[in-house]
Amino acid sequence: MPVRAVKIPSRSYPIERTTLGNGLRVVIAPDSSAPVIAVAVYYDVGIRSEPEGRTGFAHLFEHLMFQGSATLEKLEHFRLVQASGGVFNGSTHLDYTNYFEILPSNALERALFLEADRMRSPRITEENLANQIAVVKEEIRVNVLNRPYGAFPWLSLPPVMFDTFPNAHNGYGDFIDLESATVDDAAAFFAHYYTPSNAVLSVGGDVDVDETLAMIERHYGDIPGRPAPHRPAFSEPDLTVERRATEVDVLAPTPAVALAWRVPDPIADFESYLPYVVLAEVLTDGDASRLRHRLVQGDRIVTSLSGYLGFMGDPFDVRDPTALLLQANHPAAVGVDRVISTIDEEMRRLADDGLADGELARVQARIAAHLLRELDPVLGRTLAMATFEQQRGQAELIGELPALIGAVDEAAVVAAAAALTPERRAVLELVPGGTS
Amino acid sequence: MTAVLSPVPPLTKPRKARPFTVAERTLDTGLRVLVVRRAGVPLVELRLRVPFSGRAASHSAKASVLTETLLSGTGDMSAVDIAIALQEVGGSLNVGADPDRLMVSGNALSSGLPRLLELLADVLNGASYPAEEVIGERDRMIERLRIARSQPNVIASEALLRRMYGDHPYARQIPEPEAVASVTAAQLRSLHTQRLVPTGSTLVVVGDLSPQRALDRIEAALSTWDRPGKAQLAPRLPEIETGPIVLIDRAEAVQSNIRVGGRALRRQDPSYPGMQLANLVFGGYFSSRLVENIREEKGYTYSPHCAIDHSSAGSSLLLEADVATEVTAPALLEMRYELGKVATLPVTSDELDSARQYAIGTLALSIATQSGLASTLSALLASGLGPEWLREHPLRLAGVTVDDVAQQAAIYLAPSRLVTVVVGDSTHVRPALSTLDEVAAG
Repeated sequence: MPVRAVKIPSRSYPIERTTLGNGLRVVIAPDSSAPVIAVAVYYDVGIRSEPEGRTGFAHLFEHLMFQGSATLEKLEHFRLVQASGGVFNGSTHLDYTNYFEILPSNALERALFLEADRMRSPRITEENLANQIAVVKEEIRVNVLNRPYGAFPWLSLPPVMFDTFPNAHNGYGDFIDLESATVDDAAAFFAHYYTPSNAVLSVGGDVDVDETLAMIERHYGDIPGRPAPHRPAFSEPDLTVERRATEVDVLAPTPAVALAWRVPDPIADFESYLPYVVLAEVLTDGDASRLRHRLVQGDRIVTSLSGYLGFMGDPFDVRDPTALLLQANHPAAVGVDRVISTIDEEMRRLADDGLADGELARVQARIAAHLLRELDPVLGRTLAMATFEQQRGQAELIGELPALIGAVDEAAVVAAAAALTPERRAVLELVPGGTS
Repeated sequence: MTAVLSPVPPLTKPRKARPFTVAERTLDTGLRVLVVRRAGVPLVELRLRVPFSGRAASHSAKASVLTETLLSGTGDMSAVDIAIALQEVGGSLNVGADPDRLMVSGNALSSGLPRLLELLADVLNGASYPAEEVIGERDRMIERLRIARSQPNVIASEALLRRMYGDHPYARQIPEPEAVASVTAAQLRSLHTQRLVPTGSTLVVVGDLSPQRALDRIEAALSTWDRPGKAQLAPRLPEIETGPIVLIDRAEAVQSNIRVGGRALRRQDPSYPGMQLANLVFGGYFSSRLVENIREEKGYTYSPHCAIDHSSAGSSLLLEADVATEVTAPALLEMRYELGKVATLPVTSDELDSARQYAIGTLALSIATQSGLASTLSALLASGLGPEWLREHPLRLAGVTVDDVAQQAAIYLAPSRLVTVVVGDSTHVRPALSTLDEVAAG
């Protein structure tokens, strides 16, 4: 088949950046194509940093940041954003916690104020803490305890692969730990991690850069600076012997399996990391991908299959250590060993025979389209810019990433496949305990 | 809300969105095509919507297998050939069906639009439904349906729709495994020929493109998709008959899934803006009475929500909350209290203004991206509305009064007109639920 390598397009966004006197880093990407803006604040603290005995605390604390702030009562944050025609949210990840809103552009200063007000001080009371512990428990019930496959594999595979508490523990939290959280814990957590110098403020959309910088100085400039906390490396050695574990899911009707391999450090060794991003798509994106073609369409031993980087599906906003994951649902009649050995076979075939003509180029084109699609919403750009700035000091990567993916060569993808050997992996089998 | 001394910065003068131009053409085949240039990123988004309702109980099974095998091969391309051709232009096509329509959603690098259209035409004209692929997909789908039906939200949604719509096709969102097992390739080919037709269907393309050239390309590529027949719409919706709480037992469940449903107004109804805002104030967004009560005050639940769902045969009100087993009855009591309150007492002007701004603002946000604009336009066309609705609806929202909201709330949010389904551990939740209302096992 002739190779029709499509030219990978790009879209660059001008980015302004500054650092305030208190250490707050600011990035701004103006774009006036629609009268909407996004504001995001990223704190460099996530699940990996929460203390032992306080599993789930980073996430619980995220909830508490919505419970009132220096000058605002409980509920006012929600009302002010929504009554301005916008939406808000926050999320907790392995390496960061973010807060963001997207609004009509006439609410820019209001949004900046809202984030500044809680960076100054959240209003955490016994009553609000008890309320949000209850809410978080319901969140965990909806997403994990009352849902088949709810923990699989994002909460249940890390403890198979990792040995240290920061990497292995359940980031949603044990109920006992959640219920033990105190207002003092929250105050200490805020004082230590939620400093301006440990945060990035990212603004995108229909803004004037100079006006925005002036507003930012006005609202954030006098928040007292405190030293940024020391962030440990959290590194762990690679696996040299395969690890296998079993999770019984009483709610699940059919089995599943997940495999994970460590990948190069996404920050320190980005060049070695990117081939794994390409590899995951070569293996699992669409009917032309290696594993779907063989296991789903060909041998028909799995009913669904996916492959991705990062336990939370976060290829570009997680630090080391992280992993490439493959997960599949298979009928009970098909043994898990057959699924795994067929994956091994395909991995060896890729490592031995290399890629087909045109295979790399088409996968790169699809990844580029996917990345561009995430940049189209102003919120997508604003969030991506924030993590790239926080973890790499490189917000510009939002526009450069498609070309970097396009520059990955075949030898690197083949070498990545060759590195996914049985002895380096962690395997989690989900055994159904359901009755249906 | 913001007093004189408030530190909260005021909103500045709103900037208007740049108007977008819609290029439109109805092909000789009957296909209606809308194209909008939106050059945010160098991509194109495509939505082909074919009305695809069916009265037979087996329809949803056939439609589901058809959507999963539409891209499984043509006369001269295999499933892999099609997938490769799509990837080469950075593209993808996804096919889905619900009781109203079949939808092909796609996107690609903008340079790939001609190829994307060519591939779409190839499958519309020549999908061959290879018997082996159909058998493989049937088996996979039966497994996936077991997994879907183990999910409490799926169990609850099916139970509510059954309770609301009985034998109507809207009660059959996902098929029965037995029906899937008996679908044949020949049935799919016949369903495709009879029902996958251009008349009554719409194609929306949005992206970094030149509208007139794109229209010409679409016409050139899709004029061969020319088949007689008219797309079929869903039958009239039955009236909802109120009655006891239907309780579906899910032994040892740690949560109960409470679902409350009723009828709602269609978007084109002159009273719809009032009803839309009544719903927001009650439970349609985070700053609603419902969320502030059962989440932020009582901590019963994580994400309670009330939404209006628009389908071609009519619109529905769908209220849901997943709550801890031990507070199932108290949570339902609060839900009914808030419904009764909004149905009988006027909302405040602050509440109305907040909901109004949220409705106007989020409508603008929803069309600020290529994919959002494409999906929204496609949905509007399906409701018999056009792009002008996006301009006119904010003006109608601006005119809604407290009285308008009260009138609609009294009808559509009145607890006496709604039906309730609960999925949960019957042993634990039934006694307390029975103190509120009659309870029937579902």
